[in-house]
Amino acid sequence: MSDVIDTLAGIAPGSPLDAVRAQRPQARLHAQASYDSLFTPLSDVDASKLERRAIACFVAGLHGRPEMEAFYGSGLAAAGASAALQAAIGAAVAAARIEGPYGRYPKGPLSAEDKAGPVHRIAQPTRDALGPRLAAAFEHTHMLVFHPRDSAPPYLQALLDAGWSTTGIVVVSQLVAFLSYQIRVVAGLRVLNARPA
Amino acid sequence: MTDKVLSPPAHVEPVVFTREQLDWLPWLEPMAEQDLTARHMAGLVDAARAKSPYFRLLARDPEVLEARTRTDKDIFYNPEAGLPRAERELAAAATSRYNGCIYCASVHARFAATYSKRVDDVDHLLAKGVGADLDARWNAIVAASVALTSTPIAFGPQHVDGLRKVGLDDASIVDVINAASFFNWANRLMLSLGEPAAAGG
Repeated sequence: MSDVIDTLAGIAPGSPLDAVRAQRPQARLHAQASYDSLFTPLSDVDASKLERRAIACFVAGLHGRPEMEAFYGSGLAAAGASAALQAAIGAAVAAARIEGPYGRYPKGPLSAEDKAGPVHRIAQPTRDALGPRLAAAFEHTHMLVFHPRDSAPPYLQALLDAGWSTTGIVVVSQLVAFLSYQIRVVAGLRVLNARPA
Repeated sequence: MTDKVLSPPAHVEPVVFTREQLDWLPWLEPMAEQDLTARHMAGLVDAARAKSPYFRLLARDPEVLEARTRTDKDIFYNPEAGLPRAERELAAAATSRYNGCIYCASVHARFAATYSKRVDDVDHLLAKGVGADLDARWNAIVAASVALTSTPIAFGPQHVDGLRKVGLDDASIVDVINAASFFNWANRLMLSLGEPAAAGG
């Protein structure tokens, strides 16, 4: 069974980094198990496979990593996304890219480190094409990716209002958080792989 | 539809980074302990985690929770090769400091201080932030963690060179990459599903 991180990082079987990764066998196995559980879940009642793939495409796009965009873009197409949905995700990404992390701290000594930035709203034509559930999920995803320390209960209320269940919100949160990990591991390993000692 | 956002009970909100033990209060309803089945207990990995509202909330997707937990444990606890535990914890603390996760930073600053015995340096990182001057080796680990945590990701060959210069081999560099990347996962869950509170508040 292929390992998504090895594939995306370009780590070949028998290569030096393959041997290094083998020293953390459980981490390697369960990073893949995380991916499998998120995208091939036992139940997709609370978050459909297409929704998961759409959010993954958006996260990959927000990070501006071509290897991740290509990988999750093909996953989206394979999940049966319409051309209109694929175009809407592309438009959403183009309108949403910024630099992170920014955000506010609880009022006090750390307020001096507050870094201002926008609360992202999906623009109307894109919102219509995504539908209310994905539009709400994308707005939440933007916050999680770029300014997670601004998290507050109203962000979760917005997801409930758009039709996400509590379990669905846990799934979306895990999905975006896992991708934030996977994208960084792949980016780091690619740099190391291209720089042999 | 009974799903709703929870209002945490009265508590004292931490307003600085600290090594103190903190509580964590969920904004969404965790699973009730009596509703945890064998499948959920497998997801929790350690039975003691059934007491934690954070893990009982994540247990709503037990397969992902189990995989997440086993990834975490191997990255931080596996003693074979690579970076000393103290410095894996340093990468986790620096990542949490930079993203602004007061809860995660408290846990991993405690571990970093315990395993390294460098309490003053850890406190300096918490107080001053990721620009704190620690020593060459710790500065390189913090800089690499911060570069990986930035969006867009700013980690480049200069960070690999910087880590090698202070004595890290490739297994150790992979541990920095794993630890910092993993806390970009953990921080986002802790920050967005609830909030920290001073212990016993």
